[in-house]
Amino acid sequence: MTDPIYKTDALIAEDIDAYLEKHQHKTMLRFITCGSVDDGKSTLIGRLLYDSKMIFEDQLEALSNDSKKVGTQGQEIDFALLVDGLAAEREQGITIDVAYRFFSTENRKFIVADCPGHEQYTRNMVTGASTADLACILIDARKGVLVQTKRHSFLCHQLGIKNLVLAVNKMDLIDYDQQKYDAIIADYKEFAESIGIESFTAIPISGLAGDNITSRSEKTAWYDGPTLMEHLEAVEVRSDANLGKPFRMPVQWVNRPNLDFRGFSGLIATGSVKPGDKVRSLPSGKTSTVKSIVTMDGDLDEAIAGQSVTVTLEDEIDCSRGDVLAAADSPPEVADQFESTIVWMDEEPLVVGRAYWMKLGTQMVSVTVAEPKYEINVNTMEHLAAKTLELNSIGVSEITTDKQIVFDPYGENRALGGFILIDKITNRTVGAGMLHFSLRRAQNVHWQAVDITRDDHAAMKNQRPRVLWFTGLSGSGKSTIANEVEKKLAIMNRHTFLLDGDNVRHGLNKDLGFTESDRIENIRRIGEVAKLMTDAGLIVLTAFISPFRADRQLVRDMMGEGEFIEIHVDTPLEVAEARDVKGLYKKARAGELKNFTGIDSPYEEPEEPEIRVNTVAMSPEEAADYIIKQILPLK
Amino acid sequence: MSLTHLQRLEAESIHIMREVVSEAEKPVMLYSIGKDSAVMLHLAKKAFYPSPPPFPLLHVDTTWKFKDMYALRERSAEDAGMELLVHQNPEAAEMGINPFDHGPLHTDMWKTQGLKQALDKYGFDAAFGGARRDEEKSRAKERIFSFRTASHGWDPKSQRPELWNLYNAKKKKGESIRVFPLSNWTELDIWQYIHLENIEIVPLYYSAKRPTFEYEGGLFMADDIERLEKVMGKSPEITERSIRFRTLGCFPLTGAVESEAATLPEIIQEMLLTTTSERQGRVIDKDSGDASMEKKKQEGYF
Repeated sequence: MTDPIYKTDALIAEDIDAYLEKHQHKTMLRFITCGSVDDGKSTLIGRLLYDSKMIFEDQLEALSNDSKKVGTQGQEIDFALLVDGLAAEREQGITIDVAYRFFSTENRKFIVADCPGHEQYTRNMVTGASTADLACILIDARKGVLVQTKRHSFLCHQLGIKNLVLAVNKMDLIDYDQQKYDAIIADYKEFAESIGIESFTAIPISGLAGDNITSRSEKTAWYDGPTLMEHLEAVEVRSDANLGKPFRMPVQWVNRPNLDFRGFSGLIATGSVKPGDKVRSLPSGKTSTVKSIVTMDGDLDEAIAGQSVTVTLEDEIDCSRGDVLAAADSPPEVADQFESTIVWMDEEPLVVGRAYWMKLGTQMVSVTVAEPKYEINVNTMEHLAAKTLELNSIGVSEITTDKQIVFDPYGENRALGGFILIDKITNRTVGAGMLHFSLRRAQNVHWQAVDITRDDHAAMKNQRPRVLWFTGLSGSGKSTIANEVEKKLAIMNRHTFLLDGDNVRHGLNKDLGFTESDRIENIRRIGEVAKLMTDAGLIVLTAFISPFRADRQLVRDMMGEGEFIEIHVDTPLEVAEARDVKGLYKKARAGELKNFTGIDSPYEEPEEPEIRVNTVAMSPEEAADYIIKQILPLK
Repeated sequence: MSLTHLQRLEAESIHIMREVVSEAEKPVMLYSIGKDSAVMLHLAKKAFYPSPPPFPLLHVDTTWKFKDMYALRERSAEDAGMELLVHQNPEAAEMGINPFDHGPLHTDMWKTQGLKQALDKYGFDAAFGGARRDEEKSRAKERIFSFRTASHGWDPKSQRPELWNLYNAKKKKGESIRVFPLSNWTELDIWQYIHLENIEIVPLYYSAKRPTFEYEGGLFMADDIERLEKVMGKSPEITERSIRFRTLGCFPLTGAVESEAATLPEIIQEMLLTTTSERQGRVIDKDSGDASMEKKKQEGYF
């Protein structure tokens, strides 16, 4: 049963110009389909593609052959084969992934995010849902609301999808029974309300038989709602909903073809803008007036959410990539601490306290994630205690950025509330998150402005403050060399301070143990102390094993440009172990000491340290001289 | 006021291009002279206007393109105010690799290896390509930012999740990304946009009387008869036919279709009423069965 309306369009043959004119005004809707293979999802998508004539004869011929060969529908066409590259993918060991498919009708173009399978479920669903205006949740009419139905609904709701369609599929297999259908809807409604879903649209369908897909089925005479296609064509697109909100445009690129032109290019996230509008640049807070909206097709009288434009301003204000141009009278917030929901997407679990890159809009900052307040079981919605987040888990955590960022709560604006997390070493996208609100601490704690600045402190001491960060294996000679360097600096009348690993653990960090997050916190505190000391104008020397690149990077990011000098005290393990000044290697080898760097815990060598000293070739004294030479001049 | 699907696709592509220019060190746009390249170049001009696009165009040339294509190539780069780089694999030239004698090796040597050579030679860390997700099964799950190893390999297992419109362009030295700003466009979108925006495309897309010959069941155009005779070792039987091309590659690899469609609306009309998919005219997908494109991608083909 194929509805001819979507298969051919008489206009194409009769009057192509009229057809084109009509199709230029199509809108676009993105949606996600949720459901397992058993729910008939692939069949449904195949059916939508087929009914809207997105399948060509050569594909159809191949499909028809495949259907007879491996299909499950006898001599009939098996629509699922159109979209299921999955079997092949599994054989090839390729990650099962989101696939994007396209079809269009007279009024709309559709982009379907097809998220298959059970594996990687949360990750794929969240990815597909992030750009969707609508979610189509499939239910097998014979089975009713299942755990997976709840999981799909919950995740779509978390990602802020307002349009939920509950497609009760395989109605043909329950004889189009209204009572059974009503019972399923009542069941789902109860669940939906319990997690805060305000509304949804339920449609009884059969993907296989084509009931209520593109044309109304006679077998469900008791149903008076829209067909699935009618609903998809009528529902409001999110970018239109964004129109009514205050103007926001994250600046992507500053356009400067010559000295006379300075434009700010970006994609308008919400609202609209006209020449003459007052705008504010965040985080600086400076205001100006829009002079023109420039495009290659001529200047615009107005630009709206969803358009990529270049805006020029009346005043020369400081504004660059990462800043946000916003309506002057209702600007977004600026903060550096937030509560957020995080979805973890990497094989390697979240490391609490480690610095990750965070990309939000066009802003790229360093961020640390606190221990989750709780993890959410996506099947039962229960809150569970958690120390970290593993692949495919979702939790709520406080996060802290290294500088103030411009944001809106995710529920109000996806473009300024959604973010990704990137591992600083592997560069993989390891997580995604949604900001809910800034924390009071950040709102109420302001920087105290002081009259004697860090430059004054440095000038009085006649030196440029810096951190000389010694890293290397236990027994490599870090403390010995750092001590030599400090003595030499003292002779040169420089103001220094040496922070030693063992000493710090006796006081400031005596509450910390040796777990991974404690080790990170140890380094973070030392970094903060070193930073305060550089503010006071000192040259700080630190001697810590600091085995992980990410942690050293965390401290590097805290310091000003050129103030962090990483010194790799390079001693082969055999040499350090042979020295074994404190007898620790012996203990570690005997198994009495766990997580000992070099033995059962890795040491990640610096890739590009500012200075490297080889302690096999150099004495501590020579190494110290070499280091001093490298850091000259001191002022 | 509501944006049309073409306005939204345009805005999305422009956003992608600006992200690349902001986050990559040395981007380049791969330019194949086909209709998708024409749209991509047009979008680049829009994205950075009034500045010219801040990257060069790169054509990985097989020396077997149609004459009309070479003519448009020069003109388009000049119009856009962009530098045009042309790379021809010197080894392939030396070995005289051609589509008749060498089959799949022709694509591998001229295109796949040629592209890798060119990217390495200039040290580009991001390259725009005009591929679309609707073209072929293995493209449907391709990312917009597709990450490549230092040896240009595509590891489907290590592709990064893409959420919202947040793209991760971080990479180590030597690694690179291929970026597909037309990912969400369909063939119909491309044609409609060319029509609406008046974009110049190679005349071969429009039907005209042209010299043709038949070869292994396909219909081909005799663009350079002398050269054809040389590699085929005989004179093909030339017949004049009214033909056009739905897709443009190397002239002996790209099949023509008999057609009377001489204007854009007629082309679109023919496309909508036709019943075979776009890539069918290209021999490339049939090389080694169904997974052919996927395999080529893993080897570094665009």
